[in-house]
Amino acid sequence: MKKNLYYITGLLGLTVLVFLGSCKKSVIDRTALYPALAPSNIDLNADTWKPVLITDASIFNVPAPDAVTSPAYVADLNEIKAYQSNLTDDQKAIIKYWSAGAVLRWNEILRGLVAKHNLPPYQNEDGTYPAPSSTNPFAYPQFPFSNPPYAARAYAYVSAAQYDALIAAYHFKKMYNRAAPYNIAGIQALIPKSALASYPGEDAVVAGATVEIMKLLFPTEIAYIQQKASEEMQYRMMAGANVRGELNAGQSLGSQVADVFAARARTDNAGKAIGTQAVWTQLQVQTAARGETYWISLESPSRPPMLPLFGKVIPFLFDTAAVKTLRPGPPNLTNSAAFKQEVAEVLSYSKNYTREHQAQVEFWADGAGTYTPPGHWNAIAATEFVQQNYSEVRWARNLALLNMAEMDAAICCWDTKYFYFNQRPTQANPAIKTLTGIPNFPSYTSGHSNFSGAASTILTYLLPDRGTKFTDFANQAAMSRLYGAIHFRSDCEAGLVTGNKVGQYAIARAKTDGAGN
Amino acid sequence: MNKSLHLYFVRCCLIICCLTTFSKVLHAQTDADGQMIPKNFFCGVVMYDHSSWNNYWEGTFKRNNLNIGTLTANTYSVMGNYGISNKLDFLFTVPYITTNASGGTLAGQKGFQDLNISLKWHPYQTKIGKGAFGLYAVAAASTPTSNYEPNFLPVSIGLHSTTASLRVLANYQTGRFFVAGAGQYIYRSNITIDADAYYTTREIYSNRVYMPDVTNFLFSTGYRSVHFNAEAIISQTTTHGGFDIRKNDMPFPSNEMNMTTAGVLFKYSFDAVAGLELTAGGNRVLDGRNVGQSTDFFGGVLYLFDFSKNNKK
Repeated sequence: MKKNLYYITGLLGLTVLVFLGSCKKSVIDRTALYPALAPSNIDLNADTWKPVLITDASIFNVPAPDAVTSPAYVADLNEIKAYQSNLTDDQKAIIKYWSAGAVLRWNEILRGLVAKHNLPPYQNEDGTYPAPSSTNPFAYPQFPFSNPPYAARAYAYVSAAQYDALIAAYHFKKMYNRAAPYNIAGIQALIPKSALASYPGEDAVVAGATVEIMKLLFPTEIAYIQQKASEEMQYRMMAGANVRGELNAGQSLGSQVADVFAARARTDNAGKAIGTQAVWTQLQVQTAARGETYWISLESPSRPPMLPLFGKVIPFLFDTAAVKTLRPGPPNLTNSAAFKQEVAEVLSYSKNYTREHQAQVEFWADGAGTYTPPGHWNAIAATEFVQQNYSEVRWARNLALLNMAEMDAAICCWDTKYFYFNQRPTQANPAIKTLTGIPNFPSYTSGHSNFSGAASTILTYLLPDRGTKFTDFANQAAMSRLYGAIHFRSDCEAGLVTGNKVGQYAIARAKTDGAGN
Repeated sequence: MNKSLHLYFVRCCLIICCLTTFSKVLHAQTDADGQMIPKNFFCGVVMYDHSSWNNYWEGTFKRNNLNIGTLTANTYSVMGNYGISNKLDFLFTVPYITTNASGGTLAGQKGFQDLNISLKWHPYQTKIGKGAFGLYAVAAASTPTSNYEPNFLPVSIGLHSTTASLRVLANYQTGRFFVAGAGQYIYRSNITIDADAYYTTREIYSNRVYMPDVTNFLFSTGYRSVHFNAEAIISQTTTHGGFDIRKNDMPFPSNEMNMTTAGVLFKYSFDAVAGLELTAGGNRVLDGRNVGQSTDFFGGVLYLFDFSKNNKK
């Protein structure tokens, strides 16, 4: 009996050990560690910076704030005091999260939504594919399918709208010159104090602009986005940084500015980018007429090509005519020796890959279900910008430069892809197996390479002290597509060149927008 | 070869249960039976397992995928079982796996997967009625033996987690008929992937992936004699956490992978060749979540070595 007791104790002991071991398994998200934003320069002259779309900030309606002696303002102050007298742990966590910065957090939220909606539709019973509909966004497949071109455009509109809204906000901040509530006795500053005038509140401006433009871009997520926005407004009050009146005015201004962007987005041709059966067939006909092998979908069932008319979307950094001039010369002809050599090179990477190549392919894959290559470059940029202690308006400006370059790179790349409409390596030789999924659009030029060329060019300009860091990243991203055996070397090299050219347009803008480097 | 050695033989038992689902949630179940190998005996085993599936579950939605076609996995394992004492065995398994997708373009993978070692303890035995009741406990650990890529499902050869598990098994045998039941808790370490951000139900900025723990319950019954063993096994594997594959998304290592399987196992030992035993069997996933509906067949050769002093004399 005693012996049995030992056995049972031993067993229990082992069980406890196993269970204890299971406790400490949380994964640390590096974005949760970001400190509260404390700008090294509040960029007081940002009202003079060159906006993207708006022309005159004074046309927006931002009424004068409540007088500091008014009952309304006193009530607003009391609301802050009530929060601060009894902050829960959840509320403190909200302060910690949002204090890292409004532009940063909204960019992360957008990246999450892109990843959530970046799934190709599942086929119908008859082997055709349903398409998402902006007029019926909740039906399967939900609108949008945030594939790389869609995502690039979404990042651009959100960032540019936030940037213009903040420029407008600076105009009114200077006009009304209201001090933040944490300068008043009895109200604590739970985040670093800023000398910037607080009416209208810049966090609210960013939130207002984002909510408004997202109604168009991610219509199924409005409830989630509004909940995030109200959480952010609560954060500003709890932190003692804004009274409710400043936040209401800010959200209203952001929303008004975003309307200008929404009007552009409705007519920028993106809605027509999916094409029609006639367009898809015409692509085959015109490629065959040139004597070239045309692209076919390598998915089963065969899926229509992704956004064949995205090349017709109106760019931000240059006019539509420039898209054609940026288009690289043709890829190697189907029957050329150079083409056969390229196919052979891809086959060798397919057959003789190393684990290091696999890691590089996975790191840069950014395929279905992810925030896409432009999202990856936003993540890279955000990691760097956090170290720079930018003001909100400079955050917005730099992300707008990055994302307008990414959107325009997508336009140029898609224009090129569907102009030449050429095959993927595996279509040329089915023996080529791949280390990641083959995207459902033509090969030449590589999207990753265009995105990475554009992003690395503008980021290197914005952060020259990083040396070749971004260029190295871009080369790795581009080559990962060759190593993964889904692109020819020339797709990647030509893509980087075009991407770099698009990035130069962003630099040209940055040099003349009044913001300095 | 005397009769008693035949008895030991049957005890040299290793069940392989290589279910190629999206991964090997269960690798070799070398320890899921109520039998022991005696002191200073060593049983060496080579096993081959062939597993395949056409259909899989995205969450609870069962589908096929022409871009995967039939996913097959071949597993070649070397296993061993050594009797430290009559009540304590040491077991190990080293599998080499190749995968292939017949449809689509994804490159099949191959490599050594996870080394599994375990200690099997038989602390308690008593007579109940006409039969014998025994309790067993198995503490096991597994760890990857190569740097294979876990985030390339469904062609990955494994999930690259290091695990520790505890299984408790009760066995009752009367005559040549037995029933057994077991429960297992598998602690899984987090894994590192090559991507540095990924989406589960939200975007996570890390190259570390939280791997929820797993439990397994099984019930087996059958016929067990000196020469021949035939049994049927029902098993339920449950992942305690994780998330569903979204519609038309790719699988991910920390998906909630659950499955109910049914299988059979046969073993036969020869009179003519001392120390030799053959085993064969198969399993089928009856129901699952975020796994492939795999069917597998396996066969193996076991050979018993006697290192005991008694035998050397």
